[in-house]
Amino acid sequence: MMTKFHDNADARNLQASFDDWNARYEREIGRDRAVVNRSGIEVRPLYTPLDWSEDRYADDLGMPGEPPYTRGIYNTMHRGRTWTQRQLIGLGTPQDYNQRVRMLLQQGATAISLLPCNSGFRGIDCDESPIPLLGTCGTVVNTVDHMDAALDGVPIDRISTAMNDPTPFTLFAFLLGVAKRRGVPFDKITGTANQSDYISHYVANHMFYRLSQPGARRVFVDHVKFCREHVPNWNPVSVVGQHMQQAGATPAETMGLTLSTAIQYAEDCINAGMDPDNILRRFTFFFDISISFFEEVAKFRAGRRIWARIARDRFGAKDPRSWRFKFHGQTSGVDLTQQQPLNNIARVTAQAIAGIFGGLQSMHTDGFDEALACPTEASARIAVATQNILREEAHLCDVIDPLGGSYYVEALTNEMEEKILEVMDVIEKAGGMYKAVDAGIVQRMIGKSALAYQNRIESGAEKVVGVNCYQAEAEVQEVETYRPDRAAMEAQVAEFRAFKAARDKRAVSAALDDLARAANGSENVYEKVVDAALVGVTHGEIIACLRRELGFGHPQMVA
Amino acid sequence: MMGYPERVLVTKIGFDGHDRGSRVVAAYLRDAGMEVIYTPPWQEIAAVVNLALQEDVDVVGVSSLATDHLILPELVGALREAGLHHVRVIVGGIIPQNEQPELISAGVSAVFNPGATSQEIVETVRRLAQEARIAREAAEIA
Repeated sequence: MMTKFHDNADARNLQASFDDWNARYEREIGRDRAVVNRSGIEVRPLYTPLDWSEDRYADDLGMPGEPPYTRGIYNTMHRGRTWTQRQLIGLGTPQDYNQRVRMLLQQGATAISLLPCNSGFRGIDCDESPIPLLGTCGTVVNTVDHMDAALDGVPIDRISTAMNDPTPFTLFAFLLGVAKRRGVPFDKITGTANQSDYISHYVANHMFYRLSQPGARRVFVDHVKFCREHVPNWNPVSVVGQHMQQAGATPAETMGLTLSTAIQYAEDCINAGMDPDNILRRFTFFFDISISFFEEVAKFRAGRRIWARIARDRFGAKDPRSWRFKFHGQTSGVDLTQQQPLNNIARVTAQAIAGIFGGLQSMHTDGFDEALACPTEASARIAVATQNILREEAHLCDVIDPLGGSYYVEALTNEMEEKILEVMDVIEKAGGMYKAVDAGIVQRMIGKSALAYQNRIESGAEKVVGVNCYQAEAEVQEVETYRPDRAAMEAQVAEFRAFKAARDKRAVSAALDDLARAANGSENVYEKVVDAALVGVTHGEIIACLRRELGFGHPQMVA
Repeated sequence: MMGYPERVLVTKIGFDGHDRGSRVVAAYLRDAGMEVIYTPPWQEIAAVVNLALQEDVDVVGVSSLATDHLILPELVGALREAGLHHVRVIVGGIIPQNEQPELISAGVSAVFNPGATSQEIVETVRRLAQEARIAREAAEIA
């Protein structure tokens, strides 16, 4: 006969048996160390039905595809369709990018992304930038021609595209220009404006074109409106928690700030006359996946639950598609180390598993050399292979939400939810995200947490292999670093100058006049951005015009 | 002995906006008793030189995440051209090892890689600030 270990099902017996175990545990371990996760939640050595019971299953979990979507936003989740393998890439000239993107598609990537050169973030074109800085961290894309070359041979009507494309979304305008040239109808364009979150740029990574905040807000709303009217399968909104977590916010703070930002954007669009059900189903999210494994899983499960309730109860959206918290996860570069860089492959693997168990829809895995430079082709291949191995060999997609029902993960999901709601409450009391940012509240929160985390590493409370423990004696870094070919870059700039000289100058200045007029009036500004791109107006010219009309924005520095 | 606290300009040049590193380092230097002049990212080289001059700093600390260190030699040259030969320039961030010798030979005094401790940074800045003041005095006497 089988021994029955748990015949004491009622809670009192459970409490008694837990107390017995706890006494034995304490006797054996002596003085226990306190374990606190990055969000400040104390993690206990054991979780039992005393910490989470199935009584609230229907309300708090439900089935996959059922609100509040804790177990996943789709009925079939990764068993039906795994995540989109979307590697963020950007390097060199449009031709360099094209070569890399074709290689990744051949290796199993199922969607593409494009990061522009950092010179673009300065709001200038390649001809105004120092050559050594061109294309080192992103691709030089200043015109429709550049975009066409970057996407040569890439079927934009079948491949989903994501653009690191802050307000005023010039890259997307160039993509639409390419679609026009190739005869691809706009409703065939799918993908995400994955850096549309101007607030996160302003408070966290500052990778934006420095339009004033009110200007960015205006263009953002017009862009959403334009996309909903003309590019129905494009996701114009991606709320980016990644920036805040990379800048130092804890996972719980990140989720809270991200959801508060999403609320702000939804309100702005609704106030501009858009219908909640029309816009919310096109809201997407973008997160960092740190190596704090269970905390990340709980962060995503809790975030999904909170958003479903907000979309349904606060905004009154009726279509279940509007309640779904769709997100892209990127393994966190902040956790990667320059020391013993190959170790980063192990880190990325752990982060990726957290993202998969967290129920993501799209993923980027970092190259192991991202703590050194832009990934090389070899490291980019390993990053994609990591996803393939986890899916095909480790069988991580066989079961939906495999950690669901774990006493620990469910209790942690609840505790993370509480912490997240606390952060959202702070923002709500400040009058919403826009005002909280104006008051410096968000920047201060992020800065404080960044310093606290660094202190934890310095004190050894947080261990980082190869950095504050298990250091190698002599660090030999035999990693190739990517740098674009300077001669090719000079040729690119020369070609760009020739293009500008040969343009129809009257059409260019008329388009810029239209853009300026729209910025000062009530026409849709984004419509004019697209029109300008189509007649050859460049990235730098569009930004310069909008900065002039809508104001230049310096991020506020908060101590 | 330093007559008054070390004066350090913490800044970012070039195109990148990520300032987690510069904020954290600025806080550590401030907590160590130094006077820190902090700027937002994307400073033009001429603006950094101006600020170094007006604020009479001993050390300019540049944070670099996304290859902006590649234009550091330009900054060192511009500081010298402005007569600030004594000012020491340091950089911290994602600086590939194979590109570090070039920076050192261009006149950068120290490179901090990820994993550098606050203690290392504070001690180095202190030493370099002292060097800067001695060098300036020597130049003034000459």
